[in-house]
Amino acid sequence: MKQMEKKATPSYWDGFVAGDWQNSINVRDFINKNLVQYNGDDTFLAGPTAATTTLNDEVLALKKKEREVGGVLDADNNVVSTVTSHKPGYIEKDLETIVGLQTDKPLKRAFMPFGGIRMAEDALEAYGFKVDPEQHKIFTEDRKTHNQGVFDVYTPDMRKARHYKIITGLPDAYARGRLIPDLPRIAIYGIDRLMKAKAHDFENIGDGELTNDVIQLREEVQEQYRALVEMKKMAESYGFDISRPAENAQEAIQWIYFGYLASVKTQNGAAMSVGRIDTTIEAYINRDLKRGTITEDQAQEFIDHLVMKLRMVRFIRTTEYNSLFSGDPIWATLSLGGSGMDGKHHITKTAFRFLKTLDNMGAAPEPNITLLWSDKLPEGFKRYATQVSINSSTIQYENDEMLKEQWGTDYYGIACCVSAQPIATGMQFFGARANLAKTILYTINGGVDEIGKAQVGPAYAPISSEYIDYDEFMKKLDPMMGWLADIYVNSLNAIHYMHDKYYYEAEQMALKDTNLDRTFATGISGFSHAVDSISAIKYGHVKVIRDESGLAVDFKADNDDYPRYGNNDDRADQIGVWLIQHFYEMMNKHHLYRGAKLSTSVLTITSNVVYGKNTGTTPNGRKAGEPFSPGANPAYGAEKNGALASLLSTAKLPYEFATDGISNTFGVTPNTLGHDDEARKDTLVNMVDGYMENEGMHLNINVFNRETLIDAQKHPEEYPTLTVRVSGYCVYFADLTKEQQDDVISRTYFETM
Amino acid sequence: MVTTPATATTIKPVIGYVHSIETFGSVDGPGIRYVAFLQGCRMRCEFCHNPDTWNIGTGDEVTSDEILDDAIRYRAFWGKQGGITCSGGESLLQIDFLIDLFTKAKAEGINTCLDTCGQPFTYKQPWFDKFKRLMAVTDVSLVDIKQIDTDRHKRLTGFNNETVLSMIQYMSENGHHMWIRHVLVPERTDYDENLKELGEYVSKLHNVDKVEVLPYHTMGVVKYETLGIDYPLKGIEPPTHDRVVNAENYLHVNDYQGYRQFPFS
Repeated sequence: MKQMEKKATPSYWDGFVAGDWQNSINVRDFINKNLVQYNGDDTFLAGPTAATTTLNDEVLALKKKEREVGGVLDADNNVVSTVTSHKPGYIEKDLETIVGLQTDKPLKRAFMPFGGIRMAEDALEAYGFKVDPEQHKIFTEDRKTHNQGVFDVYTPDMRKARHYKIITGLPDAYARGRLIPDLPRIAIYGIDRLMKAKAHDFENIGDGELTNDVIQLREEVQEQYRALVEMKKMAESYGFDISRPAENAQEAIQWIYFGYLASVKTQNGAAMSVGRIDTTIEAYINRDLKRGTITEDQAQEFIDHLVMKLRMVRFIRTTEYNSLFSGDPIWATLSLGGSGMDGKHHITKTAFRFLKTLDNMGAAPEPNITLLWSDKLPEGFKRYATQVSINSSTIQYENDEMLKEQWGTDYYGIACCVSAQPIATGMQFFGARANLAKTILYTINGGVDEIGKAQVGPAYAPISSEYIDYDEFMKKLDPMMGWLADIYVNSLNAIHYMHDKYYYEAEQMALKDTNLDRTFATGISGFSHAVDSISAIKYGHVKVIRDESGLAVDFKADNDDYPRYGNNDDRADQIGVWLIQHFYEMMNKHHLYRGAKLSTSVLTITSNVVYGKNTGTTPNGRKAGEPFSPGANPAYGAEKNGALASLLSTAKLPYEFATDGISNTFGVTPNTLGHDDEARKDTLVNMVDGYMENEGMHLNINVFNRETLIDAQKHPEEYPTLTVRVSGYCVYFADLTKEQQDDVISRTYFETM
Repeated sequence: MVTTPATATTIKPVIGYVHSIETFGSVDGPGIRYVAFLQGCRMRCEFCHNPDTWNIGTGDEVTSDEILDDAIRYRAFWGKQGGITCSGGESLLQIDFLIDLFTKAKAEGINTCLDTCGQPFTYKQPWFDKFKRLMAVTDVSLVDIKQIDTDRHKRLTGFNNETVLSMIQYMSENGHHMWIRHVLVPERTDYDENLKELGEYVSKLHNVDKVEVLPYHTMGVVKYETLGIDYPLKGIEPPTHDRVVNAENYLHVNDYQGYRQFPFS
C-alpha cells in the first residue's frame, strides 16, 4: 500500500461548488456546498418509462413465482458469496439503466456460511436445497465461523438465558448488520482515491507499540483496502470503471449501488441499510439537467431502477428466523430529507423521486423509506409524503431535530428499522432484545422460567404471598434486572468479539472513516406489559394464582382500573421512563466491547409475536402466549383517551437513554383522519409535527381499515402488494405468518364513529 | 377598572359531566381537535351510535380547568386550525359549563367548536342570554339537521325540527359560523324530495362554511347490545356510494368552502 498523491481529475467535479470535500473524504461537506433545495409540490414528477414498466412486471412476476414455490426461487449451495464470486447478473440487460445483482440470476439467493454453517445449511434445507458436501466439510472442519466462535466462549448461563428466551434474536449465527456505508464516497471520489485515504490511515495507526487494539485495527484496514480492490473488479465485470469519480448522474447512482451491492454480497445482516444518498444524487441529477444531458423522465428512470434493485435483495433464512422477522425483510433503510445543522432543510427533488417510485412501480416494503422529519421541511413535501402514507402505508417518520441534537451531526442515517448512526464517523454493534415482561415473572417466581419450568435466573426467594406487595416486588425486581443486564451485555461482548474476528464487515467499513465512534446496542421487549404489570402491582392489588408446583401462572387485579401506559397518565408513564433508565444504568456498569457507548431501544419489529408466545401470563392481564404490543406501543386495549394521549405517553420515554430507538406503530382508518384526502393530509402533517414537537422519536403510519386486512388474509391473491408497517419496517401483508397477520389485524386501529 | 377583592366565600366551580375524551378528533370540526363528549341527551335518534351518552346526570364530574389543562397538553398537534370541541350527548344541556370552558379557552387563544343538535335551544330567559354569551366565545358550531321534514324528524329523533331550525336561523342572522351536517340513513333521511328541500333551505342561510353528508354506519350496534337496548334500525344497511353522491349533489356540498379560511381572526 504505497501512497501516491494524485488528485481526482477535476473535470468530474466541474459545476460543483468547491470546498473542503475536495481535499479530504467529506461527503457531508459536499452535500452542504451542493445542496439543491426544492420547495415546490409533486407536479414535476415523471411516470414510469416503458422500460421501467417492462422490468418491473418481470420482477413482480418473479416475486409471485417465489411466493408460489414457498419463498425461495433458487439458491446457491456451493459458491461462497464474495464481492466477485458471481459473474454479472441481469433482469434484462438492455433495459436496465442501473445494473448489478447479488448472484448471477434475479432473486437467486447466495450461500453465506461465515456467520454460521449450520444456519446456512438449515436455511437451504428449509427450502428443499442441500449444501454441497465439500462446503460442509470446509466450514465444519477447516474454517471456523462466527457462530462456532461465539459458542466456544458462551457460559452455561448464557446458553440457558438464550434457550429459555429471556434474551432473544442475538446475532450469533448470522451477520449483525446495522452498518451504514457512506456510499456517496464512491460516486464523488472514485475507489482509487478512497484506497489512498485508507493507505494513509494505515500508515498512521499506532506509534509502533502493537497493542491488541492497534493490531486489530491494522488488520481491519488491510481488509478494507482489499475490499475496495474487489469492488473495482466487480464493477469491471459489469463494464464500469469505478476507480474514478462518477461523471454524471447515471454513473453516480450506479457507483453508489455497486457499493451497496458489495455489502449485500458479503453480509447477510438483519439490516442492510442504504443510508442517505438523496442529496448527493440530486447534485448530480441537477447538474445533468442543467447541462441538458438528461430529462426528468430519465432522472426518474434511474431512481426507479435503483429502487427496483433494492427491492430484489434477498437472503436465505431459517424458519426460526422468519418467524421472528417475517416477510423476508433486509431493511434496506433509505433515509430521506432531514435538515442541516445550519437549519436549512434537505428536501430535494430526488426525495420526491424516491417517493414517486411507490407510484411508478407499486407499493413494496423495500427499501424501508424513512423520512427524517423536521418542522423545517417545506409544506409541499410534507403533504406529498403524507399522501404516500395514506395511499400505501410504506413510510416511517423520525425526528430529525432530536436525532441531530443527540448525535451531533446532520450526516446521520437510519441503520436498521429505527436506529440512527453517524454515517461517516459512527458504527453500531447490534444487540437484539432482553425480555423485561419475562423478567417481571422471574422476579415473582424466583428465577424459574414460567414456560420451561427450569431454574434459569438466580434462585432468589420467590414472592409467596397471596397478594403481591409492591415494595417487596420492587426490592426483588432490582437484582433480577441486574442479573439480566449482566448476562445480556456479556453475551453481546462475546458476539461482537467473534463477529469482528470471523465475519468482519470489510466492505462496509471500507466506506467509513477508519477511527469510528462505536455504540453498543441493546434492546427491550415486552415494554408495555412490564410497565402495566408494575402499575397493576402498585395500584391494582394483584392476586397471584399458582399451579400445584407453586409457580405463578395467572393474576387477578382487584382494582382493574389501575393506570396503564398509553393514556398520557404520568402514574403509569413514569414507570416506563424509570424502567428504561434503570435498565440502561444496570447494563452500563459492565465492560462494553471496544469501548463502545451503551445504547438501548424499545423496538421489536415483528418479533413481538414470538416473544409473546414464549412468555407466560403477565400481571397486567395479558394471557400466556399472547403477542406483546410492538415496540414502545401501549398494550392492546390499554388506551382509553385516543391516539394523541397514546402518542404522548410514548413521547415521554427518554431518548437520551434509548438512543437506539423508540418505535411507535400507529394504525388509523382513513375516515378517522378526515372525510376527504385534503383533510387527511392536513391531519397527518399536524399529527407528525405535534409528535415531533413533543419529542416523539419514531412513528410508523398505517392507514387502512381492519376489514381490508381481514379480506386480504382470506384472499391474498387479490392484495399482492398490500404493505403494512410493523415495528420499524414494512412488509407485504401476504408474506406474514398467519399469527402475525392476526396480530396486525388485532392491533389498535384508531377509529371514530 | 377596580377589581373586587376576593371574598371569604369561594365561588363553586361549574361542574361538567363528561362521558369520554377523544384526544385525536379529526372529524369533529376544523383540524385536529380535543373532543370532550358531554354526557346526556334527550333526543333518541334511531341511528345514534352513542346511546351510552343518553343518560343525564351521570358521567365523570370535571371542572373546566381540568378539561382545559388536559387539552392544552395536545396543543402541538393542533396546527393553525385545531382546538377544542364539545360534543355529546347534547352539549347544550350543559350550557353553563360550556360558557365557562370556552371563555377560558378563548383567553388562552384556543379556538372553540360546539357540536350540537340544537334540541335545548330556546328564546326563553335566562337560557337565551346564556346562549348569546356562549356564541360570543364559540368560533364555529357543527349543527346536525337530521331531517328537513318535521314529521319524519319526529319519527327519527322523538322531536320535531322546529327548535333546531330556529337555532340555525338565529346563528345565520347573527354572524355565527356553522358547519351543517346531515346523516344519510336509508329509509329515514335518504329521500330525494327531503334532500332537495334541505339543500334549498341551507342555501338560503348565511355563514355556512361547510356542508357534510355523513353516511349512516352500523358501528354503534355493539353498544346497543351491551346496553341491552333494541336496535331500532335493524336490517338497514349503510347507503351506497351512489346515494351518498346523490345527497351531496342535492346539498351542493362543494359550494361551501368557507371552512378553508378558518380560523377567521
